[in-house]
Amino acid sequence: MANKAFQKVYTHLEAITKATVSLKAKGVSNDELATVDGRLAQVVKTKGDLVTLQIFAGTEGIPTDAEVAFLGEPPTLKVGDGLAGRFFNAYGQPIDGGPEIDGEPRETGGPSVNPYKRKQPSQLIPTGIAGIDLNNTIVSGQKIPFFADPDQPYNNVMAQVALRADVDKIILGGMGLTNDDYLYFRHEFEKAGAMDKIISFVNTTEQPPVERLLVPDMALTAAEYFAVDKNEKVLVLLTDMTLYADALSIVSNRMDQIPSKDSMPGSLYSDLAKIYEKAVQLPEGGSITIIAVTTLNDGDITHAIPDNTGYITEGQLYLRADPDSGKVIIDPFRSLSRLKQLVIGKQTREDHNQVMNAGVRLYADAQNAKTKLENGFDLSDYDLRCLDYAKEYATRLLAIDVNIRIDEMLDTAWELFGKYFSKAETGIRQDLIDKYWR
Amino acid sequence: MKSTGKVTGIVSNLVTVEVSGPVSQNELCYVTSGDTRLMAEVIKVNGSQASIQVFESTRGLKNGNDVEFEGKMLEATLGPGLLSSSYDGLQNDLTSMTGVFLKKGEYTRPLDEEKKWDFTPLAKPGDKVEAADWLGEVREGWLPHKIMVPFSFKGEYTVKSVAPAGQYTINRTMAVLTDADGEEHEVTMAQKWPVKVAVKAYREKPRPNRIMETGVRVIDTMNPIAEGGTGFIPGPFGCGKTVLQHAIAKQGDADVIVMAACGERANEVVEIFSEFPELIDPHTGRHLMERTTIICNTSNMPVAAREASVYTAMTICEYYRAMGLKVLLLADSTSRWAQALREMSNRMEELPGADAFPVDLSAIISNFYARAGMVVLNNGQTGSVTFIGTVSPAGGNLKEPVTESTKKAARCFYALEQKRADQKRYPAVNPIDSYSKYLEYPEIQEYLSGIAGEGWVGKVEKAKNIIRRGKEADDQINILGDDGVPMSYHEIFWKSELVDFIILQQDAFDPVDSLTPMERQEYMLNLVLDICDREFRFEDFEECRNCFKEMINLLKQMNYSEFRSANFEKYREQLNNLLDNGK
Repeated sequence: MANKAFQKVYTHLEAITKATVSLKAKGVSNDELATVDGRLAQVVKTKGDLVTLQIFAGTEGIPTDAEVAFLGEPPTLKVGDGLAGRFFNAYGQPIDGGPEIDGEPRETGGPSVNPYKRKQPSQLIPTGIAGIDLNNTIVSGQKIPFFADPDQPYNNVMAQVALRADVDKIILGGMGLTNDDYLYFRHEFEKAGAMDKIISFVNTTEQPPVERLLVPDMALTAAEYFAVDKNEKVLVLLTDMTLYADALSIVSNRMDQIPSKDSMPGSLYSDLAKIYEKAVQLPEGGSITIIAVTTLNDGDITHAIPDNTGYITEGQLYLRADPDSGKVIIDPFRSLSRLKQLVIGKQTREDHNQVMNAGVRLYADAQNAKTKLENGFDLSDYDLRCLDYAKEYATRLLAIDVNIRIDEMLDTAWELFGKYFSKAETGIRQDLIDKYWR
Repeated sequence: MKSTGKVTGIVSNLVTVEVSGPVSQNELCYVTSGDTRLMAEVIKVNGSQASIQVFESTRGLKNGNDVEFEGKMLEATLGPGLLSSSYDGLQNDLTSMTGVFLKKGEYTRPLDEEKKWDFTPLAKPGDKVEAADWLGEVREGWLPHKIMVPFSFKGEYTVKSVAPAGQYTINRTMAVLTDADGEEHEVTMAQKWPVKVAVKAYREKPRPNRIMETGVRVIDTMNPIAEGGTGFIPGPFGCGKTVLQHAIAKQGDADVIVMAACGERANEVVEIFSEFPELIDPHTGRHLMERTTIICNTSNMPVAAREASVYTAMTICEYYRAMGLKVLLLADSTSRWAQALREMSNRMEELPGADAFPVDLSAIISNFYARAGMVVLNNGQTGSVTFIGTVSPAGGNLKEPVTESTKKAARCFYALEQKRADQKRYPAVNPIDSYSKYLEYPEIQEYLSGIAGEGWVGKVEKAKNIIRRGKEADDQINILGDDGVPMSYHEIFWKSELVDFIILQQDAFDPVDSLTPMERQEYMLNLVLDICDREFRFEDFEECRNCFKEMINLLKQMNYSEFRSANFEKYREQLNNLLDNGK
């Protein structure tokens, strides 16, 4: 970030807030980067000669005579094959001790894909987790978040999903990761021997929150390079988007904007959509799939962050601790993959759709039986069988520690149906029963 | 002489401009930044300072950049070639854009200017005409597309000449009209109209008096929407808003369908792009795309153009209505448009209303809904614009400003409910909260009696009542237990389940069940009500449940079978046997 020789350096700030500084300057363009006493900042507002800069690292210790130099360009990331296997901070600078990337600088937060040029997502991404592959199949080009309470092992699940997925590149965008989680990801990636296809942009809790705002754009600019220029299948992991949204609200608060629901900025939907809509199936074969994490406050999905996310993403995967099986499961009721119909029964076995529906329906019957039990009513024989089934279904299929192929998931489901129910009770189409009942 | 100005301030896509010369509210202007020109609209004027919203990313814009005012508002270009097109919110043709990414400042022409259309004159020299009168006709695919006196022409004109039958491009002069002062005006096939102004070139706007069939039972039977009516569908995410709207788009009995994807997922539009050219319109047997125009401003496209997208869509609808056609406008979702208004109002530092939305939100929404309607054209023919919008209430809570404002403006309300969606009871329209005001119109009641038999509305009310009573009975059973309530409670509950499963629920992915014509809806409702009228005498609630489950199963099989097919009659027969052998 060296100052260019011909650039004028300003040395008088008019105003300082916790996240922004204002000064008089001329010829400044919107979204342009600047340095303020060496800290990276971005133009967020101009009014006459008065320019407001948002300083990503915060304004602690910035004096009114700080040196301000404008860099004349919006945030960029140097892209090239050298990105693979590297760890970067939110500014795209290496943090793994390696050399700077030698590549073409590319503007981050660039334009959208023309919707008419998009292709319909159609490639299944297997993860080995039955709660996903069987009930909520993920498709390349999809965007889908995990909804999880902070105490659930969402980062572990995400790391597993990423390492099992059949993709060319995995790009991690870590926002407000604890140092422990950062090291966990690093360790898992190294252990899997998959470093050559992984790129990480990390902002930890030790770093200023506003810096997080740069992370998704950095990660997705790298993703677009590999998906568009190299026609690769790219999987982007974003964790935790709730902390990203919190950073947005900090900035909008400092800019005196009127908050809307849950003290989030009124533009939250558009801000999140700009990120998630980068997920795309490109006509040339490349794709960007986004798996994100949105942490919930005590399971509340009506809060503005999960609520807006749900309207943007193509479904959600809901993590829940299941007291009956003692496992963390992917909740089959609230979870949804909107794109699963594009691949179920087409790239998987013909019985997939019916087995999936029957499995969830019988699990729902078990929940009704449980309510009856709690209310002190007598249980029928069917109710009792449902309860036994539910426990085994949760353990062998819904739990996140499952790792089997989709055919095995279907076989397991048939085995459970046969063990606890009559053919008619499953309500599955007769020709499939004839072929697969065991 | 156009006014010009210079940029003096930038906050996101709100730009202030020092203007020299006159400038009007909502005037269109272009900001020059390097070699790109960005389109923008004036949204506030204060002294010589104009605030403009830029329809694109303002990255790289500088104070001092030149601004050129166009002296006109944002306009839609109307003419043959609109049908089957895919536009962005500013009516740029998405299909003719180059490159995979949308380029800033790339504007494409909405209509093909090279293509020749087969013209037949309808007016002759000497005819007295006024705005929206038909001068001629071209074949736009299957559709007889009228070439009209432009909507902007005021007063009466005399036709001086009309081009003879032949092939012409859209910019050729097709007719010359003489106004009252003897001045001559040339008319081409294409005309322009400011999108935010309602087209009023018609004789009158009577009350709607027919319903528009959608093939969706929970709409047509329970809460029908009128041709030229308005309705809205609020619902939390994952409740099937989009599936329901796509079902209406596929099956709606309209000549032209305009879909405005406003601030929603791009992949949903991709689904339309890939499916509609293949799918068949059940009413005409033609491909769906042949009657569809898509206006698409997805959530990641410039926010300011979201507002423009719904207005552009409505203007295109009004244009086709003036040809005497039945037009259906579907907008998904109007909440995103309201959010765009909120973002801008916030940047202009206006005092906010509820949930930080602008205070005039309600007025803006009702003005927009008021543009729908059935009209009598100058020549006595009728045309209509039916409008159904979706609303995405924050947190699924219907007590929020956009839902409440829309409720005041729209006449039909289809409340999607999380609980029904969780139970996979699709379409998840809550039968008790939803309503259609059109059922109260005497002319609609009369029309329904005509197509579905005498006293139809009474039957619909009866079905709704069964649902209501069933819910009460269900609540009692849940509190007191199966054995704690009289047998009649079980019977009431299961009768409501019968209505729910057979009339309300419908499989949008089943080729037969997804589309139920009115005749079939009439048959099924009569059949279900007939069963509900019977007094059953069950021994215990198990017997009651099993008997109703069996009836539901048979009736469902009927729903899945072709109407009056051998299979259909077979299940009907089985149902009769069951009823005869029963109590």
